[in-house]
Amino acid sequence: MASIIEVSGLVRTFGKIEAVSDVSFAVEQGEVFGFLGPNGAGKTTTINVLCTLLRPTSGSASVNGYDVLRQRSDVRRSIGLVFQQTTIDDYLSAEQNLRFHGYAYGIPKAVREQRIQDLLQMVELWDRRKGNVRAFSGGMKRRLEIARGLLHHPRVLFLDEPTLGLDPQTRRHIWDYLRDLRQREGLTIFLTTHYMDEAENCDRIAVIDRGRIVAQDTPDALKDAVGGDLVTFAADDNAGAAEEVRERYHIEPTLQNGQVRFHVKSGETFLPEFVRTFPQRLNSVGLRRPTLDDVFLSLTGREIRDSELDEKELLLQGMAGRWRR
Amino acid sequence: MAPVTEIWRGTWVVAYREILRFLGDRSRMLSSLAMPILFLVIFGAGFTKAMGPLARGVNFIQFMYPGIIAMTVLTSSLFAGISVVWDREFGFLKEILVAPIGRTGIVFGKIAGGMLVALAQVLMMLVLAPFLGVRLTPAILLALVPLVVILSIGLCALGIMVASFMQSQQGFQLLIQVLIFPLIFLAGVFFPINNVPTWLEIFSKLNPLTYGVDAIRQVFLGSGLGLGVTVFSHTMSITDEVLMVGVLDAILLGGAVLAFNREL
Ligand SMILES: Nc1ncnc2c1ncn2[C@@H]1O[C@H](COP(=O)(O)OP(=O)(O)O)[C@@H](O)[C@H]1O
Ligand SMILES: [Mg+2]
Repeated sequence: MASIIEVSGLVRTFGKIEAVSDVSFAVEQGEVFGFLGPNGAGKTTTINVLCTLLRPTSGSASVNGYDVLRQRSDVRRSIGLVFQQTTIDDYLSAEQNLRFHGYAYGIPKAVREQRIQDLLQMVELWDRRKGNVRAFSGGMKRRLEIARGLLHHPRVLFLDEPTLGLDPQTRRHIWDYLRDLRQREGLTIFLTTHYMDEAENCDRIAVIDRGRIVAQDTPDALKDAVGGDLVTFAADDNAGAAEEVRERYHIEPTLQNGQVRFHVKSGETFLPEFVRTFPQRLNSVGLRRPTLDDVFLSLTGREIRDSELDEKELLLQGMAGRWRR
Repeated sequence: MAPVTEIWRGTWVVAYREILRFLGDRSRMLSSLAMPILFLVIFGAGFTKAMGPLARGVNFIQFMYPGIIAMTVLTSSLFAGISVVWDREFGFLKEILVAPIGRTGIVFGKIAGGMLVALAQVLMMLVLAPFLGVRLTPAILLALVPLVVILSIGLCALGIMVASFMQSQQGFQLLIQVLIFPLIFLAGVFFPINNVPTWLEIFSKLNPLTYGVDAIRQVFLGSGLGLGVTVFSHTMSITDEVLMVGVLDAILLGGAVLAFNREL
């Protein structure tokens, strides 16, 4: 069977900026697929092409077997969306927002009202259904958007940075719904994030940087590809110690934050042996499973945090964007 | 091109929301009536005595009232355009754009919504008629409603066309203000445009809104009072004016659909 999302050679430019450069990937039915990358990597642009809001500059994409340019209506019917910026109407109640959506998608009345109730109960907003959305917190609005995105029973749910700016508890909560949904409905979920821990929830990840996919695989495979567990240690003479590691184990260590770092397969058995036989005095030793941070670092030579603007700059940019867009 | 069912669903869904929002926003309802009422009260009180009757049995406030009605239609209709900019700024436009309803349906819905809101405001204004000595009969009402509708459709379309190119509310408001005030003042809302300086007369007669205002005025005051608009010594009848507005509607409607479709 064909994949539910197929993207091949996708390019999208804005003037001189190439936001997405030659991106290809496929998502299978029932998968949770994540786009992981720093701000400005081209995640939102890719989603906008897939949901028919942006024309691709070149390349092709299909969702649920429908071409995003030629069969827009069918694509739209097949997908649910939670955008990065909220798209709830603040002047309507929670229930009115959902009902509007139901009308817009032509859901028959009998089904519609039942689904509205089920979904509002699922996201725990049933008690607030008549309440004005203006008074909702960021987390409540997000939950309402998830409920709305599911109302017309889409085949694929797109979530663009679904937990951005939410507190950890709310983030966990939202992930509970998503996992549950996926279990019960076999829904395909496509999400973007720049949170590493969030990407861990995906079946497969594409790491995207500066408009290009630099790797795609399961989180575990990506971590394994980094070269196994991460060993860190500090000695009196780190540079000398790094040289020693290089000679003894034929591994290329890196020096970072006053520590020597390198990757080995099965660190648990390596470490006791290492500590016992290493000729230099060790001041500290650490061992951990690689994280997706390490994956990003090894793929791009940068940490995902370094490649981001700091929070304040982002906020300013967001505000400026609000006036422009 | 989206199928007809989608255009139709889009139209009523989008219009439904416009009305829901209008009803939910009392302050907008009141503030949009404040200006016309202010004009009526101040200009009415200020000029009616000083100017004396403008024609047989028509004093200044009776002359101005239909003009103010037309002005309400104009300002209220252009609001349909600002609601597009508003939706874009606050994100809701995306919810509409990714729904399976097609761009044409969205444009029609915004227009239908704006038109119904304008009509509602005109009906509210009618409450003032008895206090101002303006005669109001069922026949007048019956003629007024379709006139307001066709006038409003074109103006809503104009607002949406402008809004399609606008990224911010400030930009839209500026443009509309540059557009709207000259249109209102040149449309003969406040004075009969047959006995004004020639340059003003030319501008006024080139302004399509003039004919909308005049048609509404003829409905209220009747024809043949010598207050009508004459073009090349032909006094425009309501039928002429309705035809003109109708042609303009078709052009603006097409323009709005094309402009809005740029958004994919
Ligand atoms: N409408 C637009 N006009 C111009 N540039 C844009 C537009 N949308 C996105 N970009 C640019 O494209 C790049 C990718 O943006 P985006 O897809 O939003 O990244 P992400 O969602 O991964 O943070 C950025 O450099 C951004 O500035
Ligand atoms: Mg983004």
